[in-house]
Parts: sequence; C-alpha cells; structure tokens
Amino acid sequence: MRLFAAALALLATTATAEEVTTYQLDNGMDVVVIEDHRAPVVVHMLWYRAGSADEPVGSSGVAHYLEHLLFKATENVESGEFQRVVAENGGSDNAFTSYDYTGYFQRVAADRLPLMMQYEADRINNLVLTEDDIVTERGVILEERNQRTENSPGALAREQMRAAQFLNHRYGVPIIGWKHEMETLDMEDALSFYDIYYSPNNAILVVAGDVEPEDVLALAEQYYGPLPAEPNLPERFRTQEPPQTAERRLVFEDARVAQPYVSRTYLAPERDAGAQEEAAALTYLADLLGGSPFTSALGIALQFETNTAVYAGAFYDGLNLDDGTFGLTVVPAEGVSLQEAEDAMDAAVAKFLDDGIDPARMEALRTQLKAGEIFARDNVGGLARRYGAALTSGLTVEDVQAWPDILQAVTEEDVLAAAARVLDRKQSVTGWVIPSREVLQ
Amino acid sequence: MIRLFLAFALAVAALPARAIDIQEITSPGGVDAWLVQEESIPFVAIEIVFDGGATLDLPGKRGATNLMMALLEEGSGDLDARGFQEAREALAASYGFNAYDDSVSVSAVFLSENRDEAVALLRDALINPRFDDDAIERVRAQVQSILRSDAQDPNSIAGAAFDAAAFGDHPYGSSIDGTAETVAALTQADLFDAHRNALVKGRVHVGAAGDISAEELGVLIDDLIGVLPEDGPEIPPRVEFGLDGGTTIVEFETPQSVALFGHAGIERDADDFFAAFLLNEILGGNGLESRLMREVREERGLTYGIYTYLVPKDLSEVYLGQVASANGTIAEAIEVVRDEWALMASEGVSAQELAQAKTYLTGAYPLRFDGNAEIAGILVGMQAVGLPTEYIENRNDLVNAVTLEDVNRVASELLDPDGLHFVVVGQPVGLEATN
Repeated sequence: MRLFAAALALLATTATAEEVTTYQLDNGMDVVVIEDHRAPVVVHMLWYRAGSADEPVGSSGVAHYLEHLLFKATENVESGEFQRVVAENGGSDNAFTSYDYTGYFQRVAADRLPLMMQYEADRINNLVLTEDDIVTERGVILEERNQRTENSPGALAREQMRAAQFLNHRYGVPIIGWKHEMETLDMEDALSFYDIYYSPNNAILVVAGDVEPEDVLALAEQYYGPLPAEPNLPERFRTQEPPQTAERRLVFEDARVAQPYVSRTYLAPERDAGAQEEAAALTYLADLLGGSPFTSALGIALQFETNTAVYAGAFYDGLNLDDGTFGLTVVPAEGVSLQEAEDAMDAAVAKFLDDGIDPARMEALRTQLKAGEIFARDNVGGLARRYGAALTSGLTVEDVQAWPDILQAVTEEDVLAAAARVLDRKQSVTGWVIPSREVLQ
Repeated sequence: MIRLFLAFALAVAALPARAIDIQEITSPGGVDAWLVQEESIPFVAIEIVFDGGATLDLPGKRGATNLMMALLEEGSGDLDARGFQEAREALAASYGFNAYDDSVSVSAVFLSENRDEAVALLRDALINPRFDDDAIERVRAQVQSILRSDAQDPNSIAGAAFDAAAFGDHPYGSSIDGTAETVAALTQADLFDAHRNALVKGRVHVGAAGDISAEELGVLIDDLIGVLPEDGPEIPPRVEFGLDGGTTIVEFETPQSVALFGHAGIERDADDFFAAFLLNEILGGNGLESRLMREVREERGLTYGIYTYLVPKDLSEVYLGQVASANGTIAEAIEVVRDEWALMASEGVSAQELAQAKTYLTGAYPLRFDGNAEIAGILVGMQAVGLPTEYIENRNDLVNAVTLEDVNRVASELLDPDGLHFVVVGQPVGLEATN
C-alpha cells in the first residue's frame, strides 16, 4: 500500500478546505477519504470505472441493468439483504449509472462503516443470479425506461439528438439502453460485464464523514484488500469521433409536446487530467450565455429586451471521460415561431461574441464560484460524489483540487477563444421539438 | 441460503444524533424563532414560512399567491428585476420564494462576510416588491407555459383529476398555479392583495442554522419582516375528502399508465399518527423494503417504483399512493395494490415488520440533520405543526412506543380497500372505470 497525498487545505488559495486523503490498495483499488467531523455519519461509496459507454455493442443498458441486479443474492447474502440491513441500521442507500461510471452508496452512522464494507466487498465477486431475477428485473428496467423516457417526449427528443450528435462514440446511446436491446438482455450479458469490470483494480472507494483516514485504510485493507485484481481488465478505450463536418438538424414530433422548443448541442471538450482550462472557460461561457435568465446574454436578449422566449438557457458539464456537449435551449413565447426563436438565439450569441464580455459579469461569476465552494463544504455527500465522478472520468485527486483555482483564473479572452472553437455549426445538432408539423405552417 | 452475516445484520443501530442544540428566541419586535448556531462554515441558512399560502387566493383569483411569490425576485425598492438579480449575484446569496397549498416560504442562504447587504436586499424583496408590469407579463407567460405542459403530462393530469374529484370547489381541489383563464386575468392590484394577505407576521415561523448568534438573528428578523402586517384574512374552513372508492380513467395516448390512488387520511396531531406513520412505512414507504414495492416490483417486475404517503394538510387529510406501469400491465398492478390494501387492513403487520420499520425510522431520523438549510427547514416544519423543541429528543421514543396492537388497530381503521379510488391516466388495458 502506498500513501499518496495529504490534506488539501495546504495548497488551496480558494475556499476549499475539505480534508482529503488518498491511498491505493495493492490490488489496485483507489481509496479517497474525506473528513467531516460535524456529525457522526459516514457516506460509503464504491465507484466502478464502467458505465454505459463501456458496454459491448448490442447490449445497451447492461451497465444499468447490472446495477439493479447487484441488489440480488450473492453466495453469502440473500436477495435484498444488504438493503434490508442498511435500513435496519437506519441508513439510506442507492446506486446510479452514468455514461462513465456505476456507483453504489450507503449513508449510515459512522460506526456502521465496517458492516457496509463487508457487504459491498462481498458483491464485487459473489453475485448469484437466477433466471427469475433476470426476467423480473428486466421488467423493472423496462418500466423505468417507460417512466423516464417513453412517457416523456422531451426525453425521447434528447435521445434522438444525442444519437445524431455522436457519429461514432457510445455517448450517442442512452444510458438506460435502447428499448429493443434492453428486451434482449440476459444472464450472460449481465455476468460478462460483471466479471470484467467489477474488480478492485477498476474501483474507487470514497468514504466521507466522521472517520479517521488510517482507520478507513485499515478497514479497506481488511474487507477489500483480499479481493484479487482482474488481470484481464482491458484498457479503457471508446471509439472516438471522426471530424464532424456536417451540421445536423432534426424535427421531433410527438402529440404530447405541449410547449414547442428549439435546442442545439455542440460537441465540446471535457475536463482532461492536467488540462482543465478549456473546460473551465466553457463553464463560464454557459453561465454568461444562458445561466441566470436575468443576467445572461440569452436571457436578456430573449426575455427582457424582446419578448421572444419564456425560457432560454445554456448548459455545459465537463465531467466526462471523452468529449461531451455544450447546449442551448430556447422555449419561444406565444406567437413566436421556432424559426424566429432560433434566429434570435443565434443573433444573441453572435452579439455576445462581438461585444466582448463585461468584466463585472466575470467578476460576479468568480464570486459565485468561490462562494459555491464554501456552501459545498456543508454537504459531505456532495463532496464524495465530486471525487467519485472525477476519478471515474479520467481525472485525478489533484485535478479535483486544482479545479476551483483554475476556474478563478479564467479570463474574458479565454472564454471568447473557447467559444470560437466550440460554437461551430458543423459539429452541432439542432432539434425542433413540436406536437405536429402543423405548427411549422 | 448461507447466512454468513446474520450476526452482523441483527446488530441494531443506536445512532448517536448530532447534538442539535436549538435556541428558542424572541426578536426584540416579538417574533419567535428557532436557531441552531453552528459556526464551522461561514454562512447561514434561514427559512421563513407564513401559514395560509394559496388557500388565501381570493374568489376568481386562483394563482395569485403563486404568481406573487414568483415575482418577489423580479424587482423591489429601487431595483428592477435585472438590477435585483445583479445585486444578489454580486453577493453570491441565494433566495427562494415558493407557494404551497397551506403556506408560502422564503429560503435564504448567504455568506457571513456580506450578511448585512444580503439581508437588506432580501428585505426589499419581502417588504417593497414592485410587481412591475413587464415583470408580471414575463412571469405570467412562464406560468401559462407550465400550465400548458401540465395539461399534457400524465402525472399532472392524474393529480389534477384526483384533487378536483376529492375536494371540489375548495382551494385544495385545484392547482395553486391557477388556470389559463384566472392567470390571464390577474392584475397588479391582485398581486399586491396577495402579498398583503400571505406575508403576515402573526402567521410566521422562522428557523435558522449556521454562523449567526441569537442576538444577531433577532435583529435580522425584525429588520426583514418587522413591518409586515400582524393579521391577515381568515383561512378557509376544513374540507372533508369527498371521493368514494372506484376507478377513474383519463384517456391519454402514452405507453405507460400512471395511477394515483388514495382515500381519507389521518391528522398530524392525532394520537394514532405514529402508528399510522409506521403502518405506511411498512405498506408503501422507504425503498425496496415495503410490501407494495416487494409485491409489485420485486416479485412481479410491474413497475419501477410504488410509494404511499400520509398527507396531513392543514385543512384535510389524505392517504395517497402512486404507481406507473405499461398500459398492458397497469390493471394487474392495481389489482395487487387492492389486494395488499385489503390484506393489511384485515391481517395487519407482523411483529418483525414493525420492529424493522422502527429501527429504520429511528435510525434514519438523525441523518436528516445534515446541513444548515436542512436544519433550518426542519426547525420551521416543527414550529408549523406546533411541536416543541424537545420533540427532536423524544421523537424516536414516540416511534418506539407504538405497539403491534396500535398499528393493527389503525390498519383496520385507516385502511379502506373499498374506499380506495384510482385515477389512471393512459390507455390501460383490461381496466374498468366505475363512473
């Protein structure tokens, strides 16, 4: 075992002050400990560097399906027992799947940490599924897709837009899976994903709360240390995007759409280890273009200076392993067509790029980001997620800790330069979401 | 099945609660407030709740309270909407203004380093809102957009149909957002009326947590709300749950049917409330552990989630539940719910189920106090239902004091399988409407 880094408070010039300690076990499992001694509570999270974008072709949804199945029986534990034990100990638990990771967590009294580790370590290798589990839980995930996606025209439209955005990358396939592939998921699909990816050398343990780092390390050694590393863990590689050279446009029709809107996404770089500056600039760009409706370029132009939109916003999240998206959305006011809304959106963005950035706006955003770090310290679970998501998305602990300072250093010129690179229509998808083509006439 | 972990699994939690030391204060101006002083992070969260809420909408003015609250962040004093928000952003303060059936709430989080400025800005929003014409039109259009979306959303359609059938002309029978017609007709004068009626000092509850002393909080409260009127208009009378057992189907073209179901509930201050609370936990409460979750999801794979809730409102009580399943399977899901409802009404719960529910609820309670805003919200919630500060220490004893006989008596009294009404939105197959 190696002791890596010590407390962050020493290096930070911004408000970040969480106490973070990291280790790596001999079997390759990373361990991150975040101390918060205000309450005798702990969050125990195990993150796998495996998400929907790591799935084999034809098995979309298997990462999420497996996440559900992990609550079934193991060689040592009855189906549902771990959840019941968490509940009996007054805790809460859940799991989540994204493009780049799958994670499991429990929030319990700090002295229950060994019990959580015992159960979590057990289900890394010992899952025992029955055909009944496979059939029943497949019904559950199909109903989950019904609830989240099939019953929501907005979610269906986003799926189509992402599929058009990514020409060659698995980010174009929905996390929950395409319905026709979900219907065919079977025992072998689930277990082959499990056998390879649920391994200590593909996992990150994050423990946050009222704990001492050396105690957590000893417990991690005891419960997770004996698990063998997976020798055949493949290098993490996804098919990458070719140059995107043609703008894509789509019209999504669904009678359930009550409020038509236009949305555009651009291919956008993500936070890279040791190189987060572009992502930091794009974080400001999203806020300046469409953060607050009252102070952003799109909000002022479309909701204040004109009555073009009831809503206008911009979106960017740089926490992905590979290139993600930068998005704009405008919901037109009554009597405004989608073409007029899109033209007004484009005009507002062009004007923003021409006019340059008001230094006072930059300063206000810097202040808010700095304050956000103070407020973040009140939520240790949020800090734990921050580290887990970053470390499964190709970043290091040092990158996470450097991020607030990198954000503070972004200049007006950085933002405009990033905008010029990213806001390229050839790399974009524009979607019109409407109830029927009649609204276009 | 090997039960390797049995010994551990039965180790029952005795979670040491975070020491929640509540100071009960009265401001120099006479407003009561509760404070948890916690100085380790330099900010404070304040939650202010005024009883009454959207039930105070005047006849024909449905949606006025909701629109009024949404406009408090759209300009006050010398500042128009953009000026107000620029000032707020410069302070990195956040303010939330929300309307509910029985209350309106103001939530504020601000840094210690600029507390005075943040309070002064919030004060203007509460005391001197402008309700500028352009702001009214902008927010009115947003509300109208939401109303259009709700009219096409299965969950919203189900909620609206259920409320209308259960509560008729009482304010609980319609959305606090109002209707397209009532919202279109609201005037600036209506918004000033709604402001005058909803933000009333005699109906306020205040909770605060974070980096502030009792003395500072007292001054702050008087500064914020000291000049608000003492009394407001009468709150409407109680209303009884008016929906009989049966099934209502609202045809809507969508692949998954959404069902909202319920019958009359139980008052928050009833002697049997904790017994009902435990009963609900076992029937349709937390996670995968409830009977309904086990039967409908885990055993049959018919849904992603099914939950039930006790909803004790100020003027009525409901016992509600919800489930969604594909159009072809919703009838089966509903049949299982009815069967489980009847089974629990007649047979009650087991001693083991009750013990598990108690350990979960008593263990989970201290985990709620996990942040300044969360604590401020809990402090206000307790005051709003008339609980004393000692409740935090006694609450788990109250849960543990409930006996199996209590729960099973309440099961037979509260659960009414024949009175259960389902509102189903979708294209359910094999389901008969009763009306």
